[in-house]
Amino acid sequence: MKIFVCIKQVPDTNEVKLDPKTGTLIRDGVPSIINHDDRNALEEALRLKDRYKDVEITVITMGPPQADVALREALAMGADRAVLISDRAFAGADTWATSNTLTAAIRKLGHYDIIFCGRQAIDGDTAQVGPQVAEKLDLPQITYVKHLEIQEDMVLAHRALEDGYEALSVKMPCLLTAIKELNVPRYPGVKGVFEAYREKTVELMSAKDLDIDPDIIGLNGSPTNVKRTFTPAPKGKGMLLDGCSKETVKDLFSRLKDKNII
Amino acid sequence: MNFALTKEQEMVRKLMRDFSENEVKPLAAEIDETERFPRETVEKMARYDMMGIPFSKKYGGAGGDMLSYAIAVEELSRVCATTGVILSAHTSLGCNPIYQFGNDVQKEKYLIPLAKGERLGAFGLTEPNAGTDSASQQTVARKEGDYYILDGTKVFITNGGEADVYIVLAMTDKAKGNKGISAFIVEKDFAGFSIGKKENKMGIRGSSTTELIFENCIVPKENLLGEEGKGFSVAMQTLDGGRIGIAAQALGIAQGALDESVRYMKERKQFNKPLAAFQGLQWMAAEMATKIEAARHLVYNAAYRKERGLSFATEAAMAKLFAAETAMEVTTSAVQIHGGYGYTRDYPIERMMRDAKITEIYEGTSQVQKMVIAAKLFK
Ligand SMILES: Cc1cc2nc3c(=O)[nH]c(=O)nc-3n(C[C@H](O)[C@H](O)[C@H](O)COP(=O)(O)OP(=O)(O)OC[C@H]3O[C@@H](n4cnc5c(N)ncnc54)[C@H](O)[C@@H]3O)c2cc1C
Repeated sequence: MKIFVCIKQVPDTNEVKLDPKTGTLIRDGVPSIINHDDRNALEEALRLKDRYKDVEITVITMGPPQADVALREALAMGADRAVLISDRAFAGADTWATSNTLTAAIRKLGHYDIIFCGRQAIDGDTAQVGPQVAEKLDLPQITYVKHLEIQEDMVLAHRALEDGYEALSVKMPCLLTAIKELNVPRYPGVKGVFEAYREKTVELMSAKDLDIDPDIIGLNGSPTNVKRTFTPAPKGKGMLLDGCSKETVKDLFSRLKDKNII
Repeated sequence: MNFALTKEQEMVRKLMRDFSENEVKPLAAEIDETERFPRETVEKMARYDMMGIPFSKKYGGAGGDMLSYAIAVEELSRVCATTGVILSAHTSLGCNPIYQFGNDVQKEKYLIPLAKGERLGAFGLTEPNAGTDSASQQTVARKEGDYYILDGTKVFITNGGEADVYIVLAMTDKAKGNKGISAFIVEKDFAGFSIGKKENKMGIRGSSTTELIFENCIVPKENLLGEEGKGFSVAMQTLDGGRIGIAAQALGIAQGALDESVRYMKERKQFNKPLAAFQGLQWMAAEMATKIEAARHLVYNAAYRKERGLSFATEAAMAKLFAAETAMEVTTSAVQIHGGYGYTRDYPIERMMRDAKITEIYEGTSQVQKMVIAAKLFK
């Protein structure tokens, strides 16, 4: 079984701040990490590799040359192959241009059974790239996967909903997006770190390698325009109704009625 | 000259930081309070190939380097000095003598499972009457046919009772003084070997420190480590390297105390201001940070030199001396910065201060480090 895992290197949002003037992220000096949900996707692929024979995991990222570190970390965790899609021509891509690029790379990389993405990246929160790649490759997809099993050529997955889950099955090849409830990712092993740098390689793919129309990648290929980024004003303080439940419920109903909510 | 860590070392740092914060820190107060050996942490460290970082993959190690190993001990000790010394004693004192002095059969049989973390190692040199004067060994090993028979008692042995494999020093020829000392590999199940009293300590309370008792203990002659009569040299060279591990432990403790202090100074308010606003305390923190950085350079330099095959014994002694004293000073200041709260067990600072003290004592006291350094000066 061949699994492709798409990962993104993102700034660690625990440490990131917004520039109050421009409203953009201050990335200077902020450590970079593998996006959380992508780590869950990779972990699930690694668990399949632990469980079944002949699983090969390829991690793929589109990013600047520094994204090499994220791929090495994935290799250190146990991935077999790593591909860095990097070119100035890809810079400024929105989700549409990104999924165009990833799709082109995946086509070049050959056979796969599962493409695994994280649900969304913490620096964009769009949750669009995974589903777009599935559409462009004409693959069935299950998003928000929180539980996964393989049965012959089928993937059985639980797709998280707000108040429960859907049990779905889909034939491979398919695309899945992972959420954090899926698993607890492992740490890279120390031995893995040395192997990742000394014994494994990161394959590079540039725009030329992809034979892709320059008008559908990078800033040119991005229909999205970011008008302004800002920190939303904090919500007002909540209100706590104290007292016995009969009274507070009555109180609550009248307040909601006053506001025409019910 | 290059002071930057390699990308590998950076990644080892990051993973050790994550591992320590998530897996080690949550246990630190409890294992200190209850004197519990954190077996589950040892198992996790084995799973992530942390138990043999500087040894080649051929011998079950991670194929890494001394500096990565020092960083690992530093990061563990930053949150829990007990866990730091478990790894340091295992790697530097348990595994390294076999790596450096063992023959192929011994490496196959003992080093591989040790470096993989399937077994835990320890090192027994100190005796009730052989502390700083470690050459005055009273444990004897007499040869009988295919065996050595060991008799005697070791004290203060880190990982005692928890370890599976012990490097033990004993006199094979008393008349020859320190040239009559030999090193042996002793398994915990060998007949005549038992564990004595467990120490109730001031710090690193989760680590097990015990007596080792040998009463007609039967050790196969194949378990002689190095040549007969060369044991003292095995021990001294082992400690030279071990000091890098303990220096890294001291460094980690100091860094942990500084990190806690900086956080506390931002949070705690007096006179309507955070403590961080008071210059008197800022200067204290600045001095702590500067000494830690100096200690770090000494420790990393010693590790780098050992890795490169350069002479490192003096540098390791300097690193241990300075890092241990830094740890003691910094943790004492950290308690001061925390005021009354720092004196209670609600904060980790008093533990760090108790833990720091041992780094000035074991693997050669600070006085011994000065002897080593002075010996080089007045050679
Ligand atoms: C928690 C713990 C763990 C340990 N782990 C191990 C272990 O795993 N394996 C092992 O073999 N040992 C271990 N030790 C032993 C440790 O290395 C010794 O305690 C240390 O070497 C000092 O020996 P001592 O305690 O007998 O002190 P002593 O030698 O009695 O020294 C007492 C004091 O006198 C000073 N002193 C002694 N001689 C001189 C001199 N000539 N000039 C100036 N000052 C001098 C010393 O520096 C010290 O301050 C451990 C000890 C402890 C407490």
